[in-house]
Amino acid sequence: MNYVKLFFSNRKSAIGVIIFLFFVALAIFAPFVAPYSPNSMAFTPLQGPSWKHWLGTTAVGQDILSQVIWGTRLSLMVGLITGAITTIISVIIGLSSGYLSGLTDDILMTITNIFLVIPGLPLIIIISAFIVVKGIWTIIFVISLTGWAWGARTLRSQVLTLKNRDYVNASVVVGESSSHIIFSDIFPNMLSLVVANFFGAAVYAVLSEAGLEFLGLGDSSAISWGTILYWAQNNQALLFGLWEWAAVPGLMIALLGMSFALMNFAVDEITNPRLRKR
Amino acid sequence: MKYILKRVMFFLITAWAAVTINFILPRLMPGNPAEVMIAKFQGRLNPQAISALEIAFGINTHENIFLQYWDYLGRMLTGNFGISVSFYPTTVGQVLSQAIPWTLGLAGFSTVIAFIVGTLLGIRVSWKRNSTSSGIAVPFAFFLNSMPYFWFALIVEYVFAFIFGWFPLGGAYSSASGLGGLALVWSILYHAILPAGTIVITAMGGWMLTMRNNMISVLSDDYITFAFAQGLPESEIELNYAARNAILPSFTGFAMAIGFVISGVLLTEIVFSYPGVGYLLYQAVLNIDYPLMQAIFLFITIAVLIANFIADIVYVFLDPRARSGGE
Repeated sequence: MNYVKLFFSNRKSAIGVIIFLFFVALAIFAPFVAPYSPNSMAFTPLQGPSWKHWLGTTAVGQDILSQVIWGTRLSLMVGLITGAITTIISVIIGLSSGYLSGLTDDILMTITNIFLVIPGLPLIIIISAFIVVKGIWTIIFVISLTGWAWGARTLRSQVLTLKNRDYVNASVVVGESSSHIIFSDIFPNMLSLVVANFFGAAVYAVLSEAGLEFLGLGDSSAISWGTILYWAQNNQALLFGLWEWAAVPGLMIALLGMSFALMNFAVDEITNPRLRKR
Repeated sequence: MKYILKRVMFFLITAWAAVTINFILPRLMPGNPAEVMIAKFQGRLNPQAISALEIAFGINTHENIFLQYWDYLGRMLTGNFGISVSFYPTTVGQVLSQAIPWTLGLAGFSTVIAFIVGTLLGIRVSWKRNSTSSGIAVPFAFFLNSMPYFWFALIVEYVFAFIFGWFPLGGAYSSASGLGGLALVWSILYHAILPAGTIVITAMGGWMLTMRNNMISVLSDDYITFAFAQGLPESEIELNYAARNAILPSFTGFAMAIGFVISGVLLTEIVFSYPGVGYLLYQAVLNIDYPLMQAIFLFITIAVLIANFIADIVYVFLDPRARSGGE
């Protein structure tokens, strides 16, 4: 497990992991860290930052800092769960399409390419607009449904280079089933790519979630970074000079996205020796 | 030729898929949401418009679903997208055609600039890989690439339009009447600077990172070492040997990147109230105007397909392997 060691000694992944762990801790300990309840409307509305409210208060008198801290939970959850679902779909489609060449491959690849070209955000927007039930699971479902194509394609090309190796041919000769060869022989050799893919999908999920919620297509009563931005924009926070209200949740999204992106890039760098610093 | 033919086929299949998504979505949802929309606009639409909407969304019809689909395809092919419920009685086609030029101008211009600047930076950063400026540029590009486009747009608007007041807060041109000729052109450019700048800066990071990775892969190839051994000038190796080969994956990655750029353009337009397709989509979402939403989705998909098609053609010129029919 030389790769694991390399992952933690790589400077990019180290920074990524630190930021990520910070958010995990913030999400877990939100009830202890946050000064107030995120839903409490007991404060004077539309206040600027003060010692009592570091980031000020919303239009209905909620403490913004507490909302940002609690919001970590949903944003992190959406990133991780959607990243996982997306990766599973990519793995299943990419591996089957790469290993089972011929008509199955042609059909799966055409579907993948279609999903790749149809622009993600507009597709997500119209699907969510038609789904009447708004909520976090709707968002997870829609983003997973639209985000798997890129991963499927990169995984497929990796399978193509692996499937003619000797150890795979040996399994074929022994008479192992296709699913055994795909998941026991080929899959373990592309784990790093799958991991990189997961981080990439997580970035996509975090950004898409924020965009959807900002447009009001999420559950606007839930507390997440995207909905904080939605309310900030709807109450024209910036024009009132309450810039912290919009700046801080956005910065959190960018940092979480960046931590995933850094880990993704580090995995790429470790497994592709050419990218490593000499 | 075979390559181009394949791309044309793919173009048609994808366009068909987008139309089919539009057809299936409302019919797939439990309790057809289009019914809610029609009920909401009941008093404002005439009976003729209502029956047209019911046909389009498959409400109160005893027609076989395949027949409905066939009719739907026919309407799409003839460019009949129906009427917009929120801009009633204007048709979706008319509403959309007013927004398209703004988006094409904004998206086209900023995508090209972002691609060129990002790629050039990527070449520079990989060439001077161990310099301090490269050390700063790469993490910075990561940050740019992972931030929400619309948030960056908000911040840019706040700082440059609100605090400093250097640029207008939104819109596409000055509403002062009587503007014509050069003054109008100036006003349009002036209003486009902030949204376009936002898109260029956010999209640039991705191109830079892609190009940097491609370059680094190419730089360890033997023919680069050989070029150095031949004593060729560095700029010659950098641009004609390394960059020329490294740029190919950037073109194949165009498909995904253009999707991201389009998302960025849509959200940026919304923040700056820029009267393009993105802002229109936002209004359609707010007013639950399904016909308009669907037409916008179809338009964006076709536009992206065309952009991809152009990238494919350029690729044929750049890579001799594609010309000879292989992939």
